[in-house]
Amino acid sequence: MLDQVTNPSTSAPVATATSKLVVEGVSKWFRTPRATIHALDNVSMQVAAGEVVCVVGPSGCGKSSLLDIIAGLSKPDAGHVLADGLPVTGPGRQRLVVFQEPSLFPWLNVFGNVMFGLRLCPELSNGERREIAHQYLALVGLEKFEGAHVHELSGGMKQRVALARALAPDPQVLLMDEPFGALDAMTREHLYDDIQRIWSDSRKTVVFVTHNMREAACLGDRVLLMSKAPGRIVQHFEIPLPRPRSIYDVELIGHAGRVADALRGTIGGGVTE
Amino acid sequence: MRRFAIVSGFVVMLLVAWELASESGRWSPVLFPSVLSVARYLWGAMLDGTLSEAIRVTMQRLLVGYAIGVAIGLPLGVLTSSSQILEDTIGSLALGLQTLPSVCWVPFAVLWFGQTEGAMLFVVVMGTVWSVIIATNHGARTIPPIYARAARTMGSRGIHLWTMVMLPASLPFLVSGMKQGWAFAWRSLMAAEIFVTILTGFGLGQLLHYGRELNAMDQVIGAMVVIVLIGLLADRILFAPWERFLHRRWGTNVR
Repeated sequence: MLDQVTNPSTSAPVATATSKLVVEGVSKWFRTPRATIHALDNVSMQVAAGEVVCVVGPSGCGKSSLLDIIAGLSKPDAGHVLADGLPVTGPGRQRLVVFQEPSLFPWLNVFGNVMFGLRLCPELSNGERREIAHQYLALVGLEKFEGAHVHELSGGMKQRVALARALAPDPQVLLMDEPFGALDAMTREHLYDDIQRIWSDSRKTVVFVTHNMREAACLGDRVLLMSKAPGRIVQHFEIPLPRPRSIYDVELIGHAGRVADALRGTIGGGVTE
Repeated sequence: MRRFAIVSGFVVMLLVAWELASESGRWSPVLFPSVLSVARYLWGAMLDGTLSEAIRVTMQRLLVGYAIGVAIGLPLGVLTSSSQILEDTIGSLALGLQTLPSVCWVPFAVLWFGQTEGAMLFVVVMGTVWSVIIATNHGARTIPPIYARAARTMGSRGIHLWTMVMLPASLPFLVSGMKQGWAFAWRSLMAAEIFVTILTGFGLGQLLHYGRELNAMDQVIGAMVVIVLIGLLADRILFAPWERFLHRRWGTNVR
């Protein structure tokens, strides 16, 4: 099953040397007092520079654990992650994360939240930091809300600020953990447009975790499908559609449908443990 | 402005009721002095300096003891929150000693320190430190872990993580813990001053105590009024600004 995944045409053009991110043989177990849960099983994937890879799978399949490991927030029990060819040993600001939960700091206002990450960039002067913060808040369309307190923002606005906060220190890799999962459909669709525009400008390398097939087909250059726990990458899909994409595009829905069908096969007991 | 009018109206009503009750003649004026005689006492005590001296002595003991209690309690609370062993040892010790009414420390303090300022300080510190430890520990444990995770990805670690993320994230709990510590410090100091006569300073509690010795009800009630007013003022000055800040930033209703 795994060989079938790692060698075929999809990953062949992405040579290891040019890969921004390499995940190799990563396994993870969670030990609770009651039981040991096998969360990730020998997961390997590669992401080229500037590529957007979406990881989809049923809930509880270890997608978020995988993202945590790539971010360096937790350690794999087996295997390793390479960023720019160097092993990831801890979190670093070359790989910033947009979380699903609201992660903005309530003691800072919107501007202060974006400045937080910038203040940790020693190479910038204070003037440059302020200028960059203004620039990214304008990019996500919130320049009028710089002085607002976090609790005054709507859910969608909070995630825009979180996105600006992650983009501002100019990370090479952006990790997004179901960032729009808690938002309503209308807000999400707005964000798809914005995020495609931002990515086409910045050409970041992105790993985007979601359980929404259309979201994955809309945003990803490739979609990786994970099985339910223990999580394995069971299938690749190329999404060769031009950008910007609309989630109402018929072809896009076709791609999403293929992923969804494959997922149903996965859940329906196609993969034995 | 309207709220202020309501509050002052309420206070005036209380005073009038008190005055009417004392003038009705049903109770001896020795046991139930009129508003005016209490006010006369307070005015006189202010003029001859006993009241201001008592307030100064009490506030000095309170502030020094409270500062020591917080300075010990905050770091210990942070430590107990970060280690299960410290939680099980220092944490449960704090929990146990916090249930001990602080006036119970008075005999201990007098035997150890004699009738000195040291005994006063000791009682105040013991009254403060345990509740501050418990509140800080609880606060640090209930910070959503997402804040630290987000900060760590942005390169925050060590002292930066503690001072720029964990400390402000625990502000709501710190403020309520310090407020609780303040209330405990205030109560324990009054108990200590009433029970212990010391020659180095004559505080509000001692004023109250001698009022009883001299059968001077106007002094007893006058001292009580001052103690209440100081408690209210401290709350307005020390904690209300923090609570307003938290209310604005967190959007929680702290009031």
